[in-house]
Amino acid sequence: MSSAASNEPVSPTLVTMIPGDGVGPELMTSVKEVFRGMGVPIEWEEIHISEVSHQSASIDGLQESMSRNKVCLKGPLSYPEEGSEVQSLNMKLRQSLDLFANVVLCKSLEGVESRHSDVDVVVIREQTEGEYSALEHEGVPGVVESLKIITREKSLRIAKFAFDYAMRHGRRKVTAIHKANIMKLTDGLFLESCRSVADLYPRVEFDAMIVDNTCMQLVSNPGQFDIMVTPNLYGNVVDNVAAGLVGGAGVVPGASYGQRFATFEPGARHSFATAMGRNVANPTGMLLAAANLLEHLGLYPDTVAVRRALASVLRDRKVRTKDMGGQATTTDFTKAVINAAL
Amino acid sequence: MAGRIGFSTSPFRPSFTSHRAAFRNRRPYATGTSQPVTLIPGDGIGPEISTAVQTIFAAAGAPVTWDPVDVTPVRGPDGRMVIPQAAMDSMAKSKIGLKGPLGTPIGKGHQSLNLALRKTFSLYANVRPCKSVVGYETPYKDVDLVTIRENTEGEYSGIEHVIVDGVVQSIKLITEKASRRVAEFAFNFAKTQGRRTVTVVHKANVMKMSDGLFLRCCREVAEENPEVKFQEMYFDTVCLNMVQDPGLFDVLVMPNLYGDIMSDLCAGLVGGLGITPSANIGADGVAIFEAVHGTAPDIAGKDLANPTALLLSGTMMLRHLGHREVAERIEAAAYGTLADGEYRTKDLGGKASCTQYTEEICRRIAS
Repeated sequence: MSSAASNEPVSPTLVTMIPGDGVGPELMTSVKEVFRGMGVPIEWEEIHISEVSHQSASIDGLQESMSRNKVCLKGPLSYPEEGSEVQSLNMKLRQSLDLFANVVLCKSLEGVESRHSDVDVVVIREQTEGEYSALEHEGVPGVVESLKIITREKSLRIAKFAFDYAMRHGRRKVTAIHKANIMKLTDGLFLESCRSVADLYPRVEFDAMIVDNTCMQLVSNPGQFDIMVTPNLYGNVVDNVAAGLVGGAGVVPGASYGQRFATFEPGARHSFATAMGRNVANPTGMLLAAANLLEHLGLYPDTVAVRRALASVLRDRKVRTKDMGGQATTTDFTKAVINAAL
Repeated sequence: MAGRIGFSTSPFRPSFTSHRAAFRNRRPYATGTSQPVTLIPGDGIGPEISTAVQTIFAAAGAPVTWDPVDVTPVRGPDGRMVIPQAAMDSMAKSKIGLKGPLGTPIGKGHQSLNLALRKTFSLYANVRPCKSVVGYETPYKDVDLVTIRENTEGEYSGIEHVIVDGVVQSIKLITEKASRRVAEFAFNFAKTQGRRTVTVVHKANVMKMSDGLFLRCCREVAEENPEVKFQEMYFDTVCLNMVQDPGLFDVLVMPNLYGDIMSDLCAGLVGGLGITPSANIGADGVAIFEAVHGTAPDIAGKDLANPTALLLSGTMMLRHLGHREVAERIEAAAYGTLADGEYRTKDLGGKASCTQYTEEICRRIAS
């Protein structure tokens, strides 16, 4: 298989692929076809892990694949209707692979209509502790406690990740999102950790904003935000608000990073089970995530080619999926991207 | 007991004919009983907007008797600064309050009024209607929803500990009692205020036991209220959909933290806290309606303030008391003034003074 832009045959890179649930498999098919049509030198090692399907690969199997490949393209995982285990599969994966930083890129795209046109935010969310610690108990019937854990170590780690990201990508400001006026110790520790890391990066501006005000500001003046660093739950909220601002879950790419591994995935992680199998899902977000994966692997000509093809289809406004106000199917859109690359 | 009406009253009062008579004759109801309301004007622009509201209510013949109280902290018997007992007594007696913005007292030893009110009257539900205002344009035009937030427990229980240095935990508390109570209020609210759907907002996929309990209580109450449509949605899905198509939502009920975030998100959709009303529902029929914006000290006393948030909180109070018709009349006059544009206050991009805006609303009510 040869690379789209050069004449020398490049041996394909093996990348783990988790198709996921809901519309995940259809979005993956789109990526596979676009890559094949454009001659992108990637081979996929599919691991079918799921919490809702009868036959699921084990976490050990996934861990083994990741140890070899280091990089993964991942679809959304559904939550079971009535789960018995306190910790979900998503949380287990994040913790076992130590994918502590979730990065969601919400940028207004030309050709995707929405109420705001000046959005360009990066949400960096700590996703291994906080409210998702899965530590709950019912001491007395009808009285439940749920523990939110914040550690200095993980707060410093995500803050450093955010500032390093800012430096590497030439971004100017990091805003810490918190509720330390009410949760003085937990969010207070998070905020204090962010401040101490900020001192080490004088070239990056730092400020802080309370999460409810942040949401109010996002819907009225999103252009004021650049990078937002958040603990777990607030990141989930802000990710989704920001994704909605630029056009929804179908157009936003994301990634989860750890010390050893990186996973590329849709930014707003919803499986849309109702759309499953109906060939209506928008593959833009997944394709953008796949392009980011190529960039991560250093396959720059292929990265540019995929992004360019996708951007031209969006800009033309002729082939649009349902969420963009059109009638095109997932496969229509996929074909359009491949054609745009030729 | 005269004049005291709890929140569960149907808006269709027996004395319907006296409603019409009052409208025609512009005088208080023939049946006579006027609802005593504790009025807390507040600080900064508080007094001027309270006066505006009283003027408008009088013009509409709203059956309310105001009992203004001062909540400036005084030195209590133990030396601490506390809320004057007279204010608390008035509230306990009338059970219905209208509150302007309060400045935060600086320094230790002050009892927060909001906290004192919440604890004394078990204010368990915070209700915030968000409606698009014609004349104050935002990118979101079809918003007409109500957020109902459990206000006593959840993530704001204030139970935090340092486990070891660098490891901190915060406890989120969810109880069946509080969850049921707010769910019952939400469905009752939907029925009495003519709303069709109640959506519970939760994250029981992640917080299986705590949000799971909240969700279960809402499901049980939904079954007891089959006339109201019931939906469940994950908090993040609601956020994603809310900023794309807010017209999808009607009444939303949720635990404390999600409610805090969601109510501010929704207020942002319609133009912010300056025009958003709010209510706090307590045990035993207590209800305190308030404007949640700040005291705006820079424009205090200059007749520039916008009384809309407090006014809409006041009409929300009238609806709660069953006086839907008077409330609608006042609201129509206010929305009409805003839509028209000639008499808009400075914060909404206009040039009218607070007095001019108030007078225009009164003029519309009389015509």
